[in-house]
Amino acid sequence: MSDNLIEIRDLSFAYGKRLVLKDIELSARRGQVVAIMGISGGGKTTLLRLIGGALRPTSGVLKVDGVDMGSLDRESLYQLRRRMGMLFQFGALFTDLSVFDNVAFPLREHTDLPEEMIRDLVLMKLNAVGLRGGADLMPSELSGGMARRVALARAIALEPSLILYDEPFAGLDPISLGVTGNLIRRLTDTLGVTSIVVTHDIQESLRMVDYVYFVSDGVIAAQGTPEQLKASDEPFVHQFVHGEEDGPVPFHYPAPSYAEELELAA
Amino acid sequence: MNSLLDSLRGIGARVIDGIWRMGVATRFFLMILLQSGQSFRRFHLIIREIYSAGVLSLIIILVSGLFVGMVLGLQGYETLQTYGSEEALGVLVSLSLVRELGPVVAALLFASRAGSAITAEIGLMKATEQLAAMEMMAVDPVARVVAPRFWGAVISMPLLAAMFSAMGILGGYLVGVVLIGVDEGAFWSQMQAAVDFREDILNGVLKSVVFGVAVTAIALFEGYDAPPTAEGVSRATTRTVVTSSLAILGLDFILTAFMFRGV
Repeated sequence: MSDNLIEIRDLSFAYGKRLVLKDIELSARRGQVVAIMGISGGGKTTLLRLIGGALRPTSGVLKVDGVDMGSLDRESLYQLRRRMGMLFQFGALFTDLSVFDNVAFPLREHTDLPEEMIRDLVLMKLNAVGLRGGADLMPSELSGGMARRVALARAIALEPSLILYDEPFAGLDPISLGVTGNLIRRLTDTLGVTSIVVTHDIQESLRMVDYVYFVSDGVIAAQGTPEQLKASDEPFVHQFVHGEEDGPVPFHYPAPSYAEELELAA
Repeated sequence: MNSLLDSLRGIGARVIDGIWRMGVATRFFLMILLQSGQSFRRFHLIIREIYSAGVLSLIIILVSGLFVGMVLGLQGYETLQTYGSEEALGVLVSLSLVRELGPVVAALLFASRAGSAITAEIGLMKATEQLAAMEMMAVDPVARVVAPRFWGAVISMPLLAAMFSAMGILGGYLVGVVLIGVDEGAFWSQMQAAVDFREDILNGVLKSVVFGVAVTAIALFEGYDAPPTAEGVSRATTRTVVTSSLAILGLDFILTAFMFRGV
């Protein structure tokens, strides 16, 4: 068994003729939290969707747990997905089901466990995210942070070996943000899973991840451990880590000269 | 010359787009049928949809049926008494309802009440990534979400149309017999003698099944195909009501031409 749960070699992906990702090399070791960071529209979410099998690579190799995602038929993809969990940006809870039924959903769909055992498992998962007391609530009664925690409980219901997180910190207050970050770290360590976190929350990520890949304009612009990145003087990383307004990622959308546009030219 | 070419190109693009969409819709419909086995094995999912599409539409169907029947009673009596044949009121009310108004008006009401709800629900499930989440959990959304809604609505439609017609006949009776005073025995006996089970009632039921399939397939496709934005879902909901209403009326003409020609 390879040390790496995810292996991406020389991967490119295009929507029609528009190349979104090119020459991506990325790997994630078992038991690690790996962050994919970068500015919005840079191709992070596309990369996550490729790992989840929602998109197929245009060229290159993408292996999850030794399985080549490019050549999977639907049945094999569904088999593989039973070993994956995914946390969507706003939780994507089923709004017509209670918190309990949301977490029970994958168990009921994929196992023949008796209802009492499902009840115990669901309560254990909810306890792990601190929401055992909210089992009877409906998704509309939850705050954004709580909804994401329920979705996390649902994502770990089948004890996956890989969890994908799409912007897990977006729109959270500082307390919920810290709670979610700690949960991702704790669940990764206690369940021995591999976590891939797509985010642009730099401070929270550098606090809890093992390795970071920066994606910009469809390529891996930089990579390293949080310590390496904090110490980096590479302009793009420096701008991103310190949240600087201008730099390799410009503040201004491309435009003709300001003076020319205002007809101030001498 | 250029503008002529541009407009021709525009028309061509729209035609190709339309055909493409028809193809996608047909494939979607076939996928629903292919995935239906699982829904029938888990019949409680269909029961839930019968409740939301059928039971929750009951009020509007029953009240509308009653009023349509009452209006038929009034208008029918006005016309029939000119020829001294007001006893035939029962025949007029019942045949109008079971052959035409029951299936057609019930289907139109069903399209605006349940069809729009189905489109909005599926569209919002897509916009909030619930369908994508299901896919990621290795659960096929067509089998789990779409097919049960299809069968729930298709089963509900003929039952609702039958209830619409029954309420309509009751409305006609209330106005014709109770209010105006048409002979009660003549009202019911002429109705019994004139309405044929196979020709009239079964054909009416068949119509409502066809309308149910059309309305539900349109509603589900529009929801599933809706752009995942507020505007996309609202447009899809409007399109469901407009397209299914036109489909109901068009199909009604075709079915009537086949069923009642020369009868």
